[in-house]
Amino acid sequence: MLRGSHGPARQWAMEHMIRVGKFFDAPDFVPVTQAHIMADTESLGEAGVAFLERFAALPEAQRQVLVPMITDPRGTDFDRCGELGQTQEMVSLERRASDALEALGILMTNTCINYQTISPPTPGEHLAFGDTGVVIYCNSVLGARSNFEGGPSALAAGLTGRVPRYGCHLDQHRQASHWFQVLFEPKDLAEWGALGAMIGGRTGSYWAVPVIEGPDMVPGSDALKHLGAAMASFGSTPLFHLAGVTPEAPALDAVCNPAMLEPITLGEDDLAAFFRRYAGQGGPVDVVVFSAPQLSLFEMQEIAALLDGQQVHRDTALLVVTSPAVYADAKRFGIVERLENAGAMVLKGMCFYQSYARELGQANGWRRLMTNSAKLANIIGGYGYRPVLAPMARCVASAVSGRLS
Amino acid sequence: MRGVGRFRTAFVSTGHVVLKCHPGMGEPVTGEALVADDDFSARYDLDRLAGVFSRPEHRLYGENYVDRVLVVNTAKGGVATAWMLHEMMSRGMVPAALLLNRVNPILAQGAAMAGMAMCDRFTDGDVTRLIRTGERVMVSPSDGRVTVYREHER
Repeated sequence: MLRGSHGPARQWAMEHMIRVGKFFDAPDFVPVTQAHIMADTESLGEAGVAFLERFAALPEAQRQVLVPMITDPRGTDFDRCGELGQTQEMVSLERRASDALEALGILMTNTCINYQTISPPTPGEHLAFGDTGVVIYCNSVLGARSNFEGGPSALAAGLTGRVPRYGCHLDQHRQASHWFQVLFEPKDLAEWGALGAMIGGRTGSYWAVPVIEGPDMVPGSDALKHLGAAMASFGSTPLFHLAGVTPEAPALDAVCNPAMLEPITLGEDDLAAFFRRYAGQGGPVDVVVFSAPQLSLFEMQEIAALLDGQQVHRDTALLVVTSPAVYADAKRFGIVERLENAGAMVLKGMCFYQSYARELGQANGWRRLMTNSAKLANIIGGYGYRPVLAPMARCVASAVSGRLS
Repeated sequence: MRGVGRFRTAFVSTGHVVLKCHPGMGEPVTGEALVADDDFSARYDLDRLAGVFSRPEHRLYGENYVDRVLVVNTAKGGVATAWMLHEMMSRGMVPAALLLNRVNPILAQGAAMAGMAMCDRFTDGDVTRLIRTGERVMVSPSDGRVTVYREHER
């Protein structure tokens, strides 16, 4: 491959991975069983799309990926892009990117919850996954092994079926470096996200691995989804252990020597202080967003139940964002209809912050954004929004009243 | 070697300091340092069209990063930076080099894709304290060496 006998795409892939592998002192490559690529066009730009198109134009034997490969959310929902205020230029670029990715043999799943909906990895499975929320969940909750693979590296992995062996592929990078004792029980997804954000913010490095003791409960998949996504967002964290819950940490001492670590406690006061960072001062709410990560079927159902019998305020937009697979189920179960009858916009295959969020805000006059996603609250400030973080029920109430409740 | 300079006042050189680091990637480059004890994500922190830091909470908020040697603590956040550095490079709206205490895979992958100079793991301590904004630095990635030209206003 490196010599070019398998074509220029695989040659580029090998050269790219060798550059990255050398940087991290990787001793060799490790085969992967799946790849997942983040390739929204806000990130790709014209240059990235043209790069993909060059590979897409190669003969089939030279361009097809060698392992099953799927996509992260796109930059639009093609069925709703006009209502969102996205320009023809954005949509055209998305179409070109999708065509190129499909030509490479990549399945357009357009999801960041593939671990809930497509093919959950198994313990010890080596992967090349993009999207930090996907990686941290698969490493931590499922015991699989992946580094953060950005779009180019995930593509290189798909084209070669391997990745450089460093970071989360190695045992020594899976031992805990920080010990957190949590003294409260998160009551909802926003609080699970806030807990993840506080831990990520305090570790603050890809190379740090937190182990968490307490809360005294076993969280469900959506709670761990928000915990991990926020931790990865605030801390660039690829892996955590939840003592007694996650597979590599049946007990605290399975992943660390407690005598060597000073516990960091997180209590109700810390949680309240975190929420104060994203508290609003009343006034109108422009847009309420449930996204980042995409919603599970259960989250969709819960929002629909909260909205039943009410209408979203005419001056406020309520966006509910999920994967195409969950959307199809939600439609089948009548959940999409319930949400839309109440005035919500249900979007599929995209994620709010990956969909030209700055331009969406400008086109729709959105500035005050309310969400139950700590990850989204963290990201969206850089796009010109003023985020408010609140539990799902309060977000829905604000969408109905049009004001910060 | 690419050379970039954006000096607004006259300077006189009084010597230089050589910092050692892990061998990096990219070609040698010289530029003016932009330093902050803060972290970095192209998606979270930048207005990439304007070439400035746009996240109000960032210590470099409002600063133009184009053609400057960006010196920050570590990478944060998501995977988008890997594509974004390539896109920024295609428009010439990119830092001249990135120097960090510790790089995460995404920044390394992005630099490899974009052909940007990048170094991390400095042996002399916290790189955000070893270099000051405005100082001219020469980055030699393959040698694992960054030369800081210590200058004072005339």
